[in-house]
Amino acid sequence: MTTHPHPTTTAAPKPAPARAARRAVRRDKQRRSPLLTALTALMLIYSLVPLVWLLINASKTQEGLFSSFGLWFDDDFALFTNIRDTLAYDNGVFVRWLLNTLLYVVLGAGGATALATLGGYALAKFDFPGKRGVFAVVIGAVAVPGTALAVPTFLMFSKLGLTNTPWAVIIPSLISPFGLYLMWTFAASAIPGELLEAARVDGAGELRTFLRICMPLLAPGIVTVALFTMVATWNNYFLPLIMLKDPDWYPLTLGLNAWNDQAATAGGQAIFHLVITGSLLTILPLLAAFLFLQRYWQSGLAAGGVKD
Amino acid sequence: MFTNRRAFLRTAALATAAITTAALAACGSDDGGDTTTPVSADQVQAALDKGGSITVWAWEPTLKQVVTAFEAKYPKVKVNLVNAGTGNDQYTALQNAVAAGSGVPDVAQIEYYALPQFALGKSLTDLAAFGSGELDGTFTPGPWSSVKTGGGTFGLPMDSGPMALFYNKEVFDKHKIEVPTTWDEYAAAAKKLHAADPKAYITNDTGDAGFTTSLIWQAGGKPFAVDGTNVKLNLADEGSTKFATTWQTLISDKLLAPVGSWSDGWYKGLGDGSIATLVIGAWMPANLESGVPAAKGKWRVAPMPQWTAGANAAAENGGSSLAIPKAGPNNALGYAFLKYATAGEGVKIRVDNGAFPATTAELKSAEFLGKEFPYFGGQKANEIFAKSAADVVPGWSYLPFQVYANSIFNDTVGQAYVTNKPLADGLKAWQEASAKYGKDQGFTVG
Repeated sequence: MTTHPHPTTTAAPKPAPARAARRAVRRDKQRRSPLLTALTALMLIYSLVPLVWLLINASKTQEGLFSSFGLWFDDDFALFTNIRDTLAYDNGVFVRWLLNTLLYVVLGAGGATALATLGGYALAKFDFPGKRGVFAVVIGAVAVPGTALAVPTFLMFSKLGLTNTPWAVIIPSLISPFGLYLMWTFAASAIPGELLEAARVDGAGELRTFLRICMPLLAPGIVTVALFTMVATWNNYFLPLIMLKDPDWYPLTLGLNAWNDQAATAGGQAIFHLVITGSLLTILPLLAAFLFLQRYWQSGLAAGGVKD
Repeated sequence: MFTNRRAFLRTAALATAAITTAALAACGSDDGGDTTTPVSADQVQAALDKGGSITVWAWEPTLKQVVTAFEAKYPKVKVNLVNAGTGNDQYTALQNAVAAGSGVPDVAQIEYYALPQFALGKSLTDLAAFGSGELDGTFTPGPWSSVKTGGGTFGLPMDSGPMALFYNKEVFDKHKIEVPTTWDEYAAAAKKLHAADPKAYITNDTGDAGFTTSLIWQAGGKPFAVDGTNVKLNLADEGSTKFATTWQTLISDKLLAPVGSWSDGWYKGLGDGSIATLVIGAWMPANLESGVPAAKGKWRVAPMPQWTAGANAAAENGGSSLAIPKAGPNNALGYAFLKYATAGEGVKIRVDNGAFPATTAELKSAEFLGKEFPYFGGQKANEIFAKSAADVVPGWSYLPFQVYANSIFNDTVGQAYVTNKPLADGLKAWQEASAKYGKDQGFTVG
């Protein structure tokens, strides 16, 4: 239902120093292979077709959806009517879902990023007993899909009386083992140990060292983790599905599914055009986030992979 | 009323499976400890006078208006109507809540096919304790026998789906096809139509558990016999075989549109004439009116085709009850709402908003029967539906683990629609897989 941009196609790791880049370009030119170009073009089309389809079909009325060719526009262009109807349907519940999703992303993904940054920095730059144990747990946690934990988490949360509240979505979103691991490796390579020593010699406290000296160096990594957790929280479906029953707290993913299900209900109103327009509106903020932050994202990915 | 869940279904089914096991295990330990204390009408009235708030989990759209009217009549009562998902999604949520022991609603919508599962899992209140016996004769026999399951009355019928044949008259007239009265004529019509217009199909079917069981039901099949925790499955009985034989010809001759029900393609096909008939529950008009406005005036309704010429057999398709989960906070107030919505003033409100009733009074009322449907060219379609409701073959029962069984229908019977595997083999595989699951759940399966 939600089409999310593929990291593999949007994030091409590279740009480093200009000279190296130019050299790389020249080498690429010599090696350009028609086969690979064709395959890449195919991949590009494969990734873009769903988006194009969504854009085209969001401009159609419910009848137009059924009577016109899927990959071209219908005679009457109803995009703006559709957007208006989507925002107004059922007393504007879509706007409420949008605000809920924003809340979950800001608190959940924002908190996850902050925790991953703090934890990753500490693990990379401080030595303490049990560090290897923490490492093993984090690596293990990366391997467990969140979906597998949803039901046990539900049982735990219902004991705490937190189900059907926003906290049930926000608290589990705060934990991002992958983000922690990424920040850890990133901090290990991006912050030279000498820099920390110099700061300590100059009399800076640990907090000041972290905020003033390390944070700027960590910025690309932070943005990368922020993007990861944002996408994960924005598209989160299974966890809220299990935790939330009150449509007033639904995120967009659940709300759109509920709308889609109306067509499969006796006496329900089929609103495919609003589901499609709603899906388009749902992915716009993510697209915007990617376009604005992709600079950091690219350098973050590249730097994360570099070992010095 | 049936939901066609796609990718997500499997995950949901797994989660459901895990939790059903827990629920059944729990019920095994306190067997016989089923003591629901009687609640008198006065106590229900007292709960109404005292007021409070109740939570209702339902996805049925016309309940919204019922809640408004209920709150206006009893100003002290606040009803939170929550759409906790359609069908399977809601059952998963309900089972999770029951297992967790918190967040259980006071009233929940449960389709007839799913009711035995919840009743036997002892998650629901036996409404006999509230004096539901007095409602004998209020509901049509099909739905009423559906809620009387597992030795109690575990819900009150909210709507029903006596089946009828919906057909696109324009398409039938264009190709000079007679409206079929038997399934043999139906198969012949399918052939004639598809030969005349290769893009047109008599109907769509990619394997639908609800439809298949309904047709077996009409054919007189009794594939599921349930007595407490003793379950017998036989999907090769006479009725099942009748269905499998006829449907096999339609599948083999490729006369069924490969379109899933409730999909966008389905709504499209119903609108453009490429799906010419539907044999489906009487709740369908509301969906046609809102989902297929383009075909207004083209469709008509006729009685269900018969397995034996001249017979008058019908079956139920879909339909839901409202039930009271045992762990719900306010059972008495829940029952007050339940009765209002299913047997009280709520019925008329729902019928006026397009729902199909399960109450005999509505089905016999002149106003209801005389209603002309502009969508069906002014036809008095309710006459046909009401007759179908009276003709439902008695004695049918669903499995106490039908939700799971239906979730694996496409893995077994569904194969017959996409490969050369015979339908009868598919039914056999479905029976075996369901029986195995039943055994694993602690049922005695014969």
